[in-house]
Amino acid sequence: MEKHINVALIGNPNTGKTSVFNALTGLRQQVGNYPGITVEKKEGICKLSRGSKAHILDLPGTYSLNASSLDENIVIELLLNKNDKDYPDVAVVVSDVENLKRNLLLFTQIKDLEIPTILVINMADRMKKKGITLDVTKLEEKLKTKVALVSARQGSGIEELKELILNYKNISTEPCLKASVMDLEYFERLRKVFPNQSLYKLWLVITQDINFGNVNRQSLNKNPDFQMKSNNDLKRLQQKETILRYQFINGLLKSVMTVDLNKATDFRIKLDRILTHKVWGYLIFFSIMLIIFQAIYNWSTYPMDLIDGSFATLSEWVKNSLPAGPFNNLVAEGIIPGLSGVVIFIPQIAFLFLFISILEESGYMSRVVFLMDRIMRRFGLSGKSVVPLVSGTACAIPAVMATRNIENWKERLITILVIPFTTCAARLPVYLIIIALVIPDSTFLGFNLQGLTLMLFYILGFGIAIFSAWVLNQVLDIKSKSYFVVEMPNYKLPMLKNLALNVIEKTKSFVLGAGKIIMAISIILWVLASYGPGDEFENAEEIIASQHMGDLPDAELEQEIASHKLKYSYIGIVGRGIEPLVTPLGYDWKIGIAIVSSFAAREVFVGTLATIYSVGSDEEETIKKRMAGEENPVLGGPLFNFASGISLLLFYAFAMQCMSTLAVVKKETNSWKWPILQLVIMSGFAYFVALIAFQSLK
Amino acid sequence: MSFTIAHLKRGQKGIIKNVFMNDVPLKLLEMGCLPGNEVELVQTAPFRDPMYLNIHGCHLAIRKETALLIEIDLI
Repeated sequence: MEKHINVALIGNPNTGKTSVFNALTGLRQQVGNYPGITVEKKEGICKLSRGSKAHILDLPGTYSLNASSLDENIVIELLLNKNDKDYPDVAVVVSDVENLKRNLLLFTQIKDLEIPTILVINMADRMKKKGITLDVTKLEEKLKTKVALVSARQGSGIEELKELILNYKNISTEPCLKASVMDLEYFERLRKVFPNQSLYKLWLVITQDINFGNVNRQSLNKNPDFQMKSNNDLKRLQQKETILRYQFINGLLKSVMTVDLNKATDFRIKLDRILTHKVWGYLIFFSIMLIIFQAIYNWSTYPMDLIDGSFATLSEWVKNSLPAGPFNNLVAEGIIPGLSGVVIFIPQIAFLFLFISILEESGYMSRVVFLMDRIMRRFGLSGKSVVPLVSGTACAIPAVMATRNIENWKERLITILVIPFTTCAARLPVYLIIIALVIPDSTFLGFNLQGLTLMLFYILGFGIAIFSAWVLNQVLDIKSKSYFVVEMPNYKLPMLKNLALNVIEKTKSFVLGAGKIIMAISIILWVLASYGPGDEFENAEEIIASQHMGDLPDAELEQEIASHKLKYSYIGIVGRGIEPLVTPLGYDWKIGIAIVSSFAAREVFVGTLATIYSVGSDEEETIKKRMAGEENPVLGGPLFNFASGISLLLFYAFAMQCMSTLAVVKKETNSWKWPILQLVIMSGFAYFVALIAFQSLK
Repeated sequence: MSFTIAHLKRGQKGIIKNVFMNDVPLKLLEMGCLPGNEVELVQTAPFRDPMYLNIHGCHLAIRKETALLIEIDLI
């Protein structure tokens, strides 16, 4: 195999680094995780001329090499470790022409690592509009590098960049700034002890507490010839470094860049006077949220119905065309519905991520963080928790995935843990049928009582989410730096290509990650419901037939048999086994089974009851009538009355019943500890609340 | 008490005089919050927290507790 040129793509957030990455690699990209942590690793292949190829690694956005988050640590660790298989032959630093000064800080740091470094100046198409002129030749000369003027939006400059990558060996590795000027005496001693190492690398090891090769902070510390500085002194030196670098950059830009201030009207400030306003800002934000929520809800209905229908048809087809037997049943009733349970989530996930990437790409997300930070901080959350929490009302799975941009680990973890309390779409069918059964269809102050109850449960979900965030904030002992510096980038029109690639990538990661687990659980549940031990299950046909002696039409007889089989199947045994546990909540064993099977997905509740009550069709009216006729085996009277109905509603509101969510939480937190904790605490709380509700209302 | 960014009114500008380096995140310095640079208060959220600033052409938001650590001279 030919050797690819290893390229590391580095840059500040909001410089269009991802656009450059997409322009270089197109669809030849993949996203994985760095081993052991949840930071995304994006890499792709770029075709260069003369048959060469480059392996492009898109490193997380960072403002400097002084790391303050997990994402930024990755950058430094890679750049210091020559033995890493991804160690770059050439680094490409992406900068934004309007923020060149700040972007160059990172560039000078990378350059000082003595890696060949190319400077990409992106958004070059805006130079004219903003009245910016640049002397590129002089800039190249002073920075001892090659510069590519690129507009990822218009696709210009990309070929030139590819040429520069191909000829990376011509780029000087001489540093821009001598790190030693920070503290001459100190660096002189460093030089004596480690004569063969780059001074700036040593400096990074000292300040960042990371290793490269065989040099780490401990080994430096143990060296008798070398006295380590105190942390405060080191921090002071880091500040000195920043100031020195800015002095260099300011001097440089003065000689190569001119900005015609008359042309530089700031559209951003004008827009922000409204979008971050104390009143209008919030109104606009809530309207946008409402529109997004409505759109996810309404738009995804069509593809979801289509998916539902197609899989039902497929299942029917398999059932009729394969020879009858256990294999047929496994495929038609286990695997295909399981697959359907994965695919059905795709429309909601795709829509949600489409909207989230529009908000992020346009720059609006930073304004949301600004508006909501103060309010959310009281509950141990961050301004960045708002979007995931609201998304949770559609589905917790994409919502948990949407927490990735919260840098502070504690705030992110709390957000992930409380998201499942918000009322997701899967709870809706359950709520609807139970509310219809136990809440009278009358009006109160002009509002429909059933509608009010539904709204109450949405508010309750949010309330408990916020409350438990507050509790978790007091209880969790996680130390994480709580600084808050949020850049307010320029507003930009989102690029279609970036949106599409982001949606595809997020959807793929859901299907491959959580999808496998959802699939497995559904198949297990199916097996448990379709097999049972002993005569009652094996001979269900004869038992029911002998009970009725042919006085039932065939269709009803089939349903009676199915119902009897379910009762004596493994899952039926479980359901009857937990009956003593659910009786105090006002349920019978049948609801018990429905609750157990709801662990595949909550909306299964209605379908399971349909099977148990041998209704045979998913037609809601029919099931409702049947449920209304059920009697409570212990207390007598209707099984679904106000007390048991409210108890059931509360149970569904609080219990952690969604295996798919647990699977995603496991993936995002990289540990089983948090999903298990969620399962136990939320379900325990749900049981407790339902118990109190039933016992006090009955 | 000295005059800090937290004391600015909306639309007011100042020149950064002194940054309490020990408690201000390095990230803020890296984004241009250094003595001698100009700062403008663009917008505040309710309770004047967080604060939306334009420091030397860099637009960013910081919490009030951090703004109190950056001394300025009004212009």
